[in-house]
Amino acid sequence: MKIAVSTVGTKKDSKLEPRFGRANYFVVYDTETKEYTFIDNQEIQETAHGAGPQTSQKIFDAGVNVILTGNGPGKNAFQVLEAGNIKMFICKEDITAEEVITKYLNNELKAFEN
Amino acid sequence: MYKIAVASGKGGTGKTTVSTNLSHYLAQEQAILLADMDVEEPDSHIFVQGQLWQEKKVYKEVPTLIKDKCVGCGRCKEVCAFNAITMLGKRVLFFNELCHSCYACLELCPHQAIEMKPQMLGQLTQINDKNLTFLEARLDIGQEQAVPLIKQSFDFIKENIPAEIGIIDSPPGSSCPVVETVKNCDFVFLVTEPSPFGLNDLKIAVDTVKLLKKDFAIIINKDDGEENIIRDYCSKEDLEILAAIPEKQSIAELYSRGSLIYEEDVDFLGEIQKIASKVNSLMRRKR
Repeated sequence: MKIAVSTVGTKKDSKLEPRFGRANYFVVYDTETKEYTFIDNQEIQETAHGAGPQTSQKIFDAGVNVILTGNGPGKNAFQVLEAGNIKMFICKEDITAEEVITKYLNNELKAFEN
Repeated sequence: MYKIAVASGKGGTGKTTVSTNLSHYLAQEQAILLADMDVEEPDSHIFVQGQLWQEKKVYKEVPTLIKDKCVGCGRCKEVCAFNAITMLGKRVLFFNELCHSCYACLELCPHQAIEMKPQMLGQLTQINDKNLTFLEARLDIGQEQAVPLIKQSFDFIKENIPAEIGIIDSPPGSSCPVVETVKNCDFVFLVTEPSPFGLNDLKIAVDTVKLLKKDFAIIINKDDGEENIIRDYCSKEDLEILAAIPEKQSIAELYSRGSLIYEEDVDFLGEIQKIASKVNSLMRRKR
């Protein structure tokens, strides 16, 4: 299973980014290999409209199963993620990617509902 | 029709105050159109009585999929410049709020699997009050695109309204809806106020109007009558201050009651007369 966290940086100790669609990076953790990788989403800053669907598309294409983010995705992004069968969880704390993934694996995060 | 946009950078500076009072004042002697293009929250109607003349629903064209023709090639998604199409594997998702009705997906689909269907954007309402024709353009709740509605409003004006002068109450800011409004007008009144926000946004509005190559004049609202940051800026930039409406509580009270201010406040009347004579001289020059 692949878990993606919206982040401000590329490392597992990078802070959680509260925004989903406009996040610069996603730190990705693969529960099978226990490895961390990241998705570079910086080009989204050039996009005037439709950031949510575009970011969601990228997440889907990367084969992610779960996203962890701060505020939760917007309406359009939600629609794409839901249709793509990607689970969404939110965390309002100021913590790192690794910490939020641990919380998720311990069932401490709230599922996002639109 | 000679159309004058009443615009501002900052919201709440007095676009509607100027538009409604100026239109009524001018309509005492000639046929005038007052059009409210602040489609996200039109409010000029508060100052207009009269008879409902006609209403028209406005639509935009959005794509739908012909499922048995689609092979999931993803061409439509590639060509969409507005991120309005997402592909989940071979499944196509359209986001109609993001669609600009450019038809690229329909034209470039190799399997003719897309057709367009109308989606309601908003409504135009025309009210007639003797010499004054009032047109309101109102965007439906949940719709995000003001531009196609504004575009169609100007088409409607061209086809339906014979007045020689149009006063166009514009949206605030300086983004696409304002650009679309100003583009369709011949002259611009920029309404501002002597506050730091007023000045900052006025500068942006002036740059926008210059880029669109439109002539314009400044109207200061809530003016304190002395040297202020707007007057400084205008004299440095050599911009015409057409009128300065004084800062007075009684004017705000009249406005909040939905009254015409020039009928009851002589200072305000003086400023509206200055603006009206500018309108008339612009018209003479045009003729």
